[in-house]
Amino acid sequence: MEKVLTRNIGADLQPTNLAAYEKNGGYQGLKKAMKGLSPKDCQDLVSASNLRGRGGAGFPTGMKWSFVPMGENCTPGHKYLVCNADEMEPGAFKDRLLMEYDPHQLIEGMILAAYTIGADLSYIFIRGEYIISIQRLRDALAECYAKGYLGKNILGSSFSIDMYVHPSAGRYICGEETALINALEGKRANPRAKPPFPQVSGLWGRPTIVNNVETLCNIPHIVDRGAEWFKSLGSGEDSGTKLFGVSGRVKNPGCWELPMGTPIREILEDCAGGMQDGLQLKGFLPGGGSTDFLVPEHLDLAMDYNVIGKAGSRMGTGTLIILDDQTCPVGMVLNLIRFFAHESCGFCTPCREGLPWTRQVLLDIEEGRGTKKDLDTLAFQINYIGAIGNTHCALAPGAMEPLQSAMKYFREDFDRHVSGHSCPYGSHSKPLSQNNSGGY
Amino acid sequence: MINSQMIQTDLTGVLTQEEILQIDAELSHVPYKSGAAIDALKIIQANRGWVSDECLQAIARHLEMSSEDLEGVATFYNLIYRKPVGKKVILFCDSVSCWICGCDSIKTRVTEKLGIDYGQTTDDNRYTLLPVPCLGACDRAPVMMVGDDLLTNLTEDKIDQLFPDNQAEDDL
Repeated sequence: MEKVLTRNIGADLQPTNLAAYEKNGGYQGLKKAMKGLSPKDCQDLVSASNLRGRGGAGFPTGMKWSFVPMGENCTPGHKYLVCNADEMEPGAFKDRLLMEYDPHQLIEGMILAAYTIGADLSYIFIRGEYIISIQRLRDALAECYAKGYLGKNILGSSFSIDMYVHPSAGRYICGEETALINALEGKRANPRAKPPFPQVSGLWGRPTIVNNVETLCNIPHIVDRGAEWFKSLGSGEDSGTKLFGVSGRVKNPGCWELPMGTPIREILEDCAGGMQDGLQLKGFLPGGGSTDFLVPEHLDLAMDYNVIGKAGSRMGTGTLIILDDQTCPVGMVLNLIRFFAHESCGFCTPCREGLPWTRQVLLDIEEGRGTKKDLDTLAFQINYIGAIGNTHCALAPGAMEPLQSAMKYFREDFDRHVSGHSCPYGSHSKPLSQNNSGGY
Repeated sequence: MINSQMIQTDLTGVLTQEEILQIDAELSHVPYKSGAAIDALKIIQANRGWVSDECLQAIARHLEMSSEDLEGVATFYNLIYRKPVGKKVILFCDSVSCWICGCDSIKTRVTEKLGIDYGQTTDDNRYTLLPVPCLGACDRAPVMMVGDDLLTNLTEDKIDQLFPDNQAEDDL
């Protein structure tokens, strides 16, 4: 298979500087666009490519961009392009790879995206812990300014764009695009009500597009090589390639670029080497911590947005988290709910109060104090805070996804905790009982 | 929270000239001053390790916002420290992949070796231990950060080597 997103990422894991990036065809997409493609041409290419957002929701990128007011339809002022590099979904570790080892690919994608929507300012909103990514992106930006790929009149055109790296001060909720925009504005990162959508009124009230790192990394290739080529890369109904990851107790955890639509079994067995000796696959989260569990019977499904959706889960970030048969599913869900309870922004009551409540019920069950009534409480929470519309944003409904599917597939594990008054899996599954941030 | 008895009226000289210059450089990106609130907090923290009440008030005044608003921002973000921290902060990942791969025993070892739990600083002021959301290195779990360094595939032995019992004074 042809490597696209990771073509500059070799086994030696050396970062790609400007010279190396250009030598391997880098900035050809930008040159092509500046020479003869209008923003509308670029928009049409991306729409025709059927690229879907790689941050988790899978929203068609071209459609997202098409909502940005253009030309006379836009009031005078700035427009913004923001890269969401706030990778914090539990179990996701793909954007780090793209930024650490090929920062120019992201920057070229951002320049092209900004050109398409008419943005003149762009930000890479990156989590503060990604120290190496921040440094390499800053180095790459300096190279681009020196070369004339950023700044005024890019490659002699009338298009100008400035780009900044903005390291975040933390919190998972910043990955939600309107919360991210509030954080960029120096505020608490509470998500905003929608509408208005950021495409119309985002950063500082101006039209703003927020795209994930991996999404933007696809843009140079689509512009350079065309929509049909990009569509042909996928092996199923979705276009392009995807970074898939596997973590958990497998032989060879890692992250690989594969065609969209690659069967889960291939990712888990051929790439990740299967389960570690002595362990059996019990279930897995296909796309990060806020996706529903799937089980071994789903192994032959293709990693396509709609295929995974029909199976009752979401492809999310495409990074699988593996549950083995000797790890307690209740403990795993408790860990996830503890995470989401801690990361609730606190703005709306069902999430702020409901998630810590759910966490406490799960802790009671895990530690052998649970009752049958507690299982009913969990079912209530799944229906209540899991329903879109009862909460301000998608954090709490996302948190309920692994819980509801764990109760569906691993119900007998929950029942055994309650009837046996202890965790049948022993010490490995004991969760950290702390649930605060350490007071900072 | 801000102790009301500590609120000072004279905040001149709390921030250094260099810090004010760094904050003002951020103002060029933002349409109004409070937009640089997080940047300003990070600048002060980068210089001083944490953000004291006094600094918080001085920043708020400089950015023409109330110190209550700025406190709301500062306490929202887990990488802004409103209490003193040690020379290096240990950000310990206890999210799902690290948990599956046994981070609990690593955490226990760190706590044993350093004598601190989450939210605490060692007596010699070397380390503060804090939990952190998934660090995005799940293929190398368990992981943690010590200062700016990401440490991966942690084992109890690695923790023992990292934090020897008799660490020399000038190790940091």
